[in-house]
Amino acid sequence: MATIYIDGKAYEADPKKNLLQVGLSLGFDIPYFCWHPAMNSVGACRQCAVKVFQDENDTRGRIVMACMTPVTDGLRVSIHDEEAVEYRARVIELLMINHPHDCPICDEGGECHLQDMTLMTGHTYRRHRFNKRTYQNQYLGAFINHEMNRCIQCYRCVRFYQDLAGGRDLDVFGAHDAVYFGRHQDGTLESEFSGNLVEICPTGVFTDKTLKQHYTRKWDLQTAPSICVHCGVGCNIIPGERYNMLRRILNRYNQEVNGYFICDRGRFGYEFVNHERRIFYPTIKRANGEQTEIVNPDDALTYIGELISIGSPTIGIGSPRASLEANYCLREMVRPENFFAGISSQEHRLVSTALHILQNGPAPSACLHDMEMADAVLILGEDLTNTAPMMAFAMRQAVRHQPMEIPEKLGIDLWNDYAIQEAIQDIKGPLVIATPSQTKLDDIATETFHGAPNDLARLGFAVANAINAKSPQVNGLDDTTLKLVENIARALKEAKRPLIISGTSCGSEAVLQAAANVAWALRFNGHPAELAFTVPETNSLGLSMMGAGALKSALEALQNKPDSTLIVLENDLYRRSETNFVDELFKAAKSIIVIDHTQNTTSDRADVVLPAATFAEGNGTLVNNEGRAQRFFQVFVQGNGYVQESWRWLRDLMIKTGQIPSDEWQNLDEITRSMVKELPLFEALSEILPPESFRVVGQKIPRQPHRYTGRTAMQAHISVHEPKPADDLDAPLNFSMEGYKGKVPGALLSRYWAPGWNSVQALNKFQSEVGGGLHDGDPGRRLIEPSKKDNLDFYQQVPEAYHPPKDRWLVVPLYHIFGTEELSSLAQGIIGMSPQPYLALNPDDAMEIQAIEGVEVEIDLNGASFRLPVRLDAALPRRVAGLPTGLAEMPTIDLPAWSRISLVLG
Amino acid sequence: MEKPLSKNIDPGKEPLDLKGYESTGGYQAVRKALLELEPKQVTELVKQSNLRGRGGAGFPTGIKWSFVPMAEGKPDPEKLAETLEEVDLGTRLERGGAGMAVGPKWRFAPYIDDVPYPKYLIANADEMEPGTFKDRYLLEGDPHQVVESMIVSAYAIQASVGYIFLRWAYHEAARRLRKAIQSAYQAGYLGKDILGSGYDFDLYLHTGAGRYMAGEETGLLNSLEGKRANPRTKPPFPQTSGLWGKPSIVNNVETLCNVPHIINKGPEWFKGLSLTEDSGTKIYGVSGKVNRPGVWELPMGTTLRELIEEHAGGMQNGLKFRGALPGGASTDFLIEEHLDICMDFPSVQAAGSRLGTGTIIVLDDQTCPVGFVHNLEVFFARESCGWCTPCREGLPWSVDLLRAIEDGEGQPGDLEILDELTKNLGPGLTFCALAPGAMEPLQSALKYFREDFERHINEGKCTWR
Repeated sequence: MATIYIDGKAYEADPKKNLLQVGLSLGFDIPYFCWHPAMNSVGACRQCAVKVFQDENDTRGRIVMACMTPVTDGLRVSIHDEEAVEYRARVIELLMINHPHDCPICDEGGECHLQDMTLMTGHTYRRHRFNKRTYQNQYLGAFINHEMNRCIQCYRCVRFYQDLAGGRDLDVFGAHDAVYFGRHQDGTLESEFSGNLVEICPTGVFTDKTLKQHYTRKWDLQTAPSICVHCGVGCNIIPGERYNMLRRILNRYNQEVNGYFICDRGRFGYEFVNHERRIFYPTIKRANGEQTEIVNPDDALTYIGELISIGSPTIGIGSPRASLEANYCLREMVRPENFFAGISSQEHRLVSTALHILQNGPAPSACLHDMEMADAVLILGEDLTNTAPMMAFAMRQAVRHQPMEIPEKLGIDLWNDYAIQEAIQDIKGPLVIATPSQTKLDDIATETFHGAPNDLARLGFAVANAINAKSPQVNGLDDTTLKLVENIARALKEAKRPLIISGTSCGSEAVLQAAANVAWALRFNGHPAELAFTVPETNSLGLSMMGAGALKSALEALQNKPDSTLIVLENDLYRRSETNFVDELFKAAKSIIVIDHTQNTTSDRADVVLPAATFAEGNGTLVNNEGRAQRFFQVFVQGNGYVQESWRWLRDLMIKTGQIPSDEWQNLDEITRSMVKELPLFEALSEILPPESFRVVGQKIPRQPHRYTGRTAMQAHISVHEPKPADDLDAPLNFSMEGYKGKVPGALLSRYWAPGWNSVQALNKFQSEVGGGLHDGDPGRRLIEPSKKDNLDFYQQVPEAYHPPKDRWLVVPLYHIFGTEELSSLAQGIIGMSPQPYLALNPDDAMEIQAIEGVEVEIDLNGASFRLPVRLDAALPRRVAGLPTGLAEMPTIDLPAWSRISLVLG
Repeated sequence: MEKPLSKNIDPGKEPLDLKGYESTGGYQAVRKALLELEPKQVTELVKQSNLRGRGGAGFPTGIKWSFVPMAEGKPDPEKLAETLEEVDLGTRLERGGAGMAVGPKWRFAPYIDDVPYPKYLIANADEMEPGTFKDRYLLEGDPHQVVESMIVSAYAIQASVGYIFLRWAYHEAARRLRKAIQSAYQAGYLGKDILGSGYDFDLYLHTGAGRYMAGEETGLLNSLEGKRANPRTKPPFPQTSGLWGKPSIVNNVETLCNVPHIINKGPEWFKGLSLTEDSGTKIYGVSGKVNRPGVWELPMGTTLRELIEEHAGGMQNGLKFRGALPGGASTDFLIEEHLDICMDFPSVQAAGSRLGTGTIIVLDDQTCPVGFVHNLEVFFARESCGWCTPCREGLPWSVDLLRAIEDGEGQPGDLEILDELTKNLGPGLTFCALAPGAMEPLQSALKYFREDFERHINEGKCTWR
């Protein structure tokens, strides 16, 4: 550590950091624009000017940019020096020359870094009397609004978009005071991370277009800490609500998970919460063919109670998109032997295998932050951009680590962003991607390898064998593959933090096992390898940890126990398996009860439907792909109907049927306690968060900002009596402005705000150091740690090389960030980004059946036949076809599967 | 009076071809350096000669070169060959991208003896400063001299690739340089194993896209890489991380052209060419309302008076000298009291300006100084790359203010804002030297010609219109 003197006072500072980062971490208010904790220094805006002095005798000093000044022992700095203060105000004055004074109609107003910094420097009076320059704005798609006149040219947007997110279609054009940030022409931004521009932009150039459609100021939003439900990664988010409508999603910082960024599916998928198909009232369909009738909750529960108490057995089907608590309550209600996971047999096998590998092997699972820090990565079978987008984002950061040796050797400060990039050029750390089709990450891959799932597994097994001979040998690989295997093994062994990524998406257990063998081989040889698996959904791993059987077992159970009542929890079974199977399942049940938040084909089949809370309307815990349990808090009380968490419905039902006494399971904490007792795997849950009883100086923590307006008036058109805010039985948070307003534990942070810091940059004030962890730790607890036993055996079964039967294609699933996932696909903006169904073919295969791009082919698959247009993908191996999965327009098909494909004639 | 740089130049005629150039002693310095001297000895000679950069900053050339990482002793051709093979393999496979190419991107940037490979030498021929046209004289007048100077200088730092970054508008120079490079290749002065020395050097001509910023050392590097011509932060200096992150030297054309002569005739001779402590000759130029505007190679340290009154033939009829920018548009005005200063680096600095490029723009008493400065600031504001706030926003404000004053729309307080801008756009406060350079004529005009500015504001018009 170095000792530096700021305005005469001594501080300890990290000499690897720059002065701005150190100053902000020490709590000083130094204004800045072009700098960002995730993006290092470039020295463009000149806003963070401070004065440095040669020594204690130097009284003149000189102005430097804090962001470009290395911290050295004995450094003497003044932030409050008169000249520095004056210069900072003048820089703001220059920035404001062309900035429109449109704050009242600007979406950024009230959470604008430029507003904050302007006030901070004290620039208030306009002296420039000439015209402002103006720009034309661009159409950038359904997510991002563009208002270039507000631009202050901090360059953060292009630096984020290109350097961090790998996007190519946002750039800086023009020069001098006509610099323009946009696309070469109007059009939808191509990056899956474009939504982060909203938070990266220090003012209102890039704003959230979905928010604009139901705009609310930051200070009028009710917010709570939450977790994204649109993939298995579990990014931390801050949803905001007003007037019973979810208005937007912001990133919530968690150093170990998503840091400063989330993907566009996570940011813009939220509108399913406001969807017209939402279920708000319990309904009953008393007999087949009869109309459904809306009933009050008690009637619904009584009705269900009657169905169940007749003595018929009850079968429960849980869900990987429902919380642990919801699944647990269902499991308790129907008893474990009657509780099933609600996923296909294949998915069940795959997730169980992934869980088994993480629980029983020596390689720990990596969190997103670990993935970013990896310096050599092998990806087996995953198109990360589409299956776990933030893992793809992490890869773009990971490939920057190994080349950092170059600037380090040149003595370049490792925060000096452009100097680092210059020294590194396009050199990237080792990243090998082995997938069936091309992926968007291929552009940063050292090598790509495309093959059928079996061949991907064989590549992985061969790498494992090259590292440790106890892992089985793979015979029959060609020389090129062998050379690749050798290179991969060497790169992984030479790395300081090797990482193996795989997952469930290509539908192959062998691929998962191969990935495990590679990581284990490295571990056994003393290399600190980590594993990261993608899983299909937000709580796939959590559900798997409960150890329930797949859907097929549910059918067997139903068939074995005629007259069963079936309870389906937050699960559209028609997305899980082929229609015939699900129909059969429902037919086997005497009556069907569905608890869900949105109408779907499954809820249409139900005799009773209970309206469940979405993530925004309830509390619960999700276990992400890392095995990290994370809590989402209720953001708002749904004012329509009788929405409550599924676990509350199940609790109510259990009370109704006398399964538990009426004072049991009063809140989430009590359910957690019960779950921990019942399922010791979840033991860490008891320490995941402060309990409901947590108070700061006797107070709960408000969900509404202290500037929340209209509280006494917002319901006045209904009643002039101000309603009492709802009680929160589950969390130490209030549905009001009342409560403790000072520093609170990071896990309970509902928003970032500090005096003088209204924008998202206020986060600086809640971190132990800027860009570091949150005060008193990042939220979430890992439930899975690697096994310490040292006698684990490698997986031994190497699959056969792919040799397709003549005239047959193996159809593998393809994923789309927009379109594959169920809930986000209900959001208007996402719908527009989803692809139409298609069939991907290797061009040579296409030629063989005389098909070209865009023509229709007929595909026979599992006894059904479809017509789909061809999309050529040169990366696909011969005789492997790709079919997008999860699209609303397509029926569910179990993939991979064999098929015949022929040209549609005529 | 010796004129080593311009001895072969006969304006209006085609320059010497290879034979002609060789017959006047051309390419002897290549022979001497490559066959008789070690790279470090070449640098040492340039250091001893006290040659200072002619592009404007006046940094000692030999010292600049000495920051380039060098391997100990003579370069080992075998190691070079090995590295070349690897690099070649890498590029071939990467370019081919054929399905399963293994190996190309698995490797880091190559090093030879712990020195990054390759290294670059770049001639800054992006001469775009208003009022400066001295390099054009050398580029068009004696292109082989430019080529020879690059070979010798590149050898000194063991650069394997050289670029001449030429201003886009210098079409004639481009044509002549291309021809000279081609014939130098044919004669074996460029390419592999030059004159059997074992030293390889390739030279390329690159014509710019017409931005003033591309003439700034690091802006040039970015531009050459195909990026925006934004400046880079220093450190790291180009000597350690320059073109494509490799050790690079960027030298002005005139600076480089001195090198062969220093190698041929020695540092002492070079020092003797000068009238003052800065050694060598200087290509001076004069523009403005003088009788004979032009460029001349003269001993370093020739006085401003001699340049204007003798070489430029004095002021045009009926006009009086009012002031001059001594070294291009981005230098402070000198006025009558400075006419007898020697035009070398320390003397001009002592007078409150900079020698810069040594090309003088004269202001006469019938030209409005406000309009004169306004014209310059229009250029600088336009040529700002838009990277840092003070330059991007401050220069246009100064243009607006100067235009308003010139149009009779000036207001009380405008001059104070201009004063403030000259300070806030000063050295150290902006990202590169463009804005501080732009402020030099303005700040000195506000100092020397303030009554003119005030009169514009008070009378609400320009008295020269």
